[in-house]
Amino acid sequence: MANKVIQALYNDDDVLMLAVKKVKAAKHHIEEVYCPFPVHGLDKAMGLAPTRLAITAFMYGLVGLAVAITMMNYIMIEDWPQDIGGKPSFSYLENLPAFVPIMFELTVFFAAHLMVITFYMRSRLWPFKKAENPDVRTTDDLFLMEIEIHDNEADLHALLAETGAVEIKVSQK
Amino acid sequence: MYTFSNRLKIASFILMAVGAIGIAIGFMSAPSNVAEAKAIVAAHAGGHGDAHATEDHAVSHEATETHDEDHASMTDHAVSSDAHETEAHSEDHSAAHDEHVLHQLQNKPWAALYVAAFFFFMIALGVLAFYAIQRAAQAGWSPLLFRVMEGITAYLVPGGIIVFLILVVSVAHMNHLFVWMDPEVVAHDKLIQGKAGYLNGPFFLVRAAIFLSGWIAYRWYSRKLSLAQDAADDNTNFVKNFRLSAAFLVFYLVTESMMSWDWIMSIDPHWFSTLFGWYIFASMFVSGITVIALVTIYLKSKGLLEQVNDSHIHDLAKFMFGISVFWTYLWFSQFMLIWYSNIPEEVTYYVTRIQDYNLPFFGMLALNFIFPLLLLMNSDFKRVNWFVVMTGIVILAGHYLDIFNAIMPSAVGDQWFIGIPEIGAVLFFAGLFIYTVFNALTKAPITPKRNPFIEESKHFHY
Repeated sequence: MANKVIQALYNDDDVLMLAVKKVKAAKHHIEEVYCPFPVHGLDKAMGLAPTRLAITAFMYGLVGLAVAITMMNYIMIEDWPQDIGGKPSFSYLENLPAFVPIMFELTVFFAAHLMVITFYMRSRLWPFKKAENPDVRTTDDLFLMEIEIHDNEADLHALLAETGAVEIKVSQK
Repeated sequence: MYTFSNRLKIASFILMAVGAIGIAIGFMSAPSNVAEAKAIVAAHAGGHGDAHATEDHAVSHEATETHDEDHASMTDHAVSSDAHETEAHSEDHSAAHDEHVLHQLQNKPWAALYVAAFFFFMIALGVLAFYAIQRAAQAGWSPLLFRVMEGITAYLVPGGIIVFLILVVSVAHMNHLFVWMDPEVVAHDKLIQGKAGYLNGPFFLVRAAIFLSGWIAYRWYSRKLSLAQDAADDNTNFVKNFRLSAAFLVFYLVTESMMSWDWIMSIDPHWFSTLFGWYIFASMFVSGITVIALVTIYLKSKGLLEQVNDSHIHDLAKFMFGISVFWTYLWFSQFMLIWYSNIPEEVTYYVTRIQDYNLPFFGMLALNFIFPLLLLMNSDFKRVNWFVVMTGIVILAGHYLDIFNAIMPSAVGDQWFIGIPEIGAVLFFAGLFIYTVFNALTKAPITPKRNPFIEESKHFHY
């Protein structure tokens, strides 16, 4: 990939937000923004599509609930029914209150873990992966906006300088 | 400034008038002697008594052994008496039973009145707690809604006085809502005798007076500081209000818990639950937040509170969702431990509810948990006003049923019905609530002017 990108660095999240809005208003496509911490409203300003992670979390929760019900039904009712505290376990429904904590826990467990795994896969992250971070200072105190160049380097440079970037550089990707 | 529209004012008067008629009908149709009580039960039993008789059969047998006088399924005695040993004292027993049903039927209009009075009072109290938390946390998003909350808490005064009067009337033996107030019952009851140091008329009323005066005093003083802050040049009133609210929350948590034991749990004086205070708190908190959302949306529809945006509604809806789940968590924690351990003096509480109150008992679980869970789970739905209103109405109905289930089984046993007295009482207090709240809203500018967080609140967005 011989794409040339221009990278503008900012030292304040409010300045960054205004810059993102200006660049969007000038109809440029922002490739990526690297931040040391989450900036509220940045996704909307960049025009990113809303995340579908919540929907997957809901479905994973349903899977967890189904697993819990099947598991408890097999263990406590079908495979080895016992009489606990005068409550013989021959019916799932009649013993339901005892299973609710497990149903709840497994719902949360499945939703949380599978959602995190989905998030990593979707973000192409895995252990020992080399960071894609273009500038280590974005892990400390600087914000970096990356825009692809299509024969308009001078224009972009002028625009970004105007938005209050503290440093602008061009690099091959 | 908000002006109380004539249509709403007339509507509130109509509600009160219709409600008062309903309450009066309830009191007039209550039986005054055993014969009348029998006639009512007979007329009622013709409809659905037969269906109940067989299923309650076995249970009524063991229940009479363990928990004689406050068990409800005893009405089936006449039907099921052939099944368990009747012996010589059958005649005796049946007379005592008729007397018991008479008391339950006489309690009915009182209990209907008390449930509705407490429910609307509890909404104002829940809002007061929410308001104090916003103040103590110095929340930045909510100051725009402070006047709405102050308006709702204005109902503490009339609502509190009415609840207090009902308690005074009970202590004066004009009704039998609280069995432990009856010296005749206490004389034959070792358990209540052991609790008499705490559960006695004068101390009960002194406690109620302390709770109510503390809550009303905080409300009055905080409102005063809030209004003074509008005209001030510095933030001293705001800081004072912050300290006052933090101190109030400590007072509130202790008194709210004791109030729930006194006013609700003691109706069934043998039964106890250590998380009952939290449980009632969750109920009043979610009802209060729901009413804040409903009043806010109403005022917005009238073109007021134009700075309140979708994000404020979204946050209120998040609270409605979250506290509904919290309520369910407490409800289930209480239920599961008692269900599992199955100790006779504890489990009767749920036995009566599941047998005699099956529909309201499980119905409220659907209204209070499943509806808010499914309707408000989606982030976008929390911003749709009519959606929040619809869910809010379901939540309020569900929490009315919650209080109904907490009070009715011990007060009227299986003689419950949601009929004219119950609906009348709800309408009456709804009218009074609407009148008091919207009248209080006209008293001050609807947007606080000089709250230090007001700018943040105006620009709040999620």
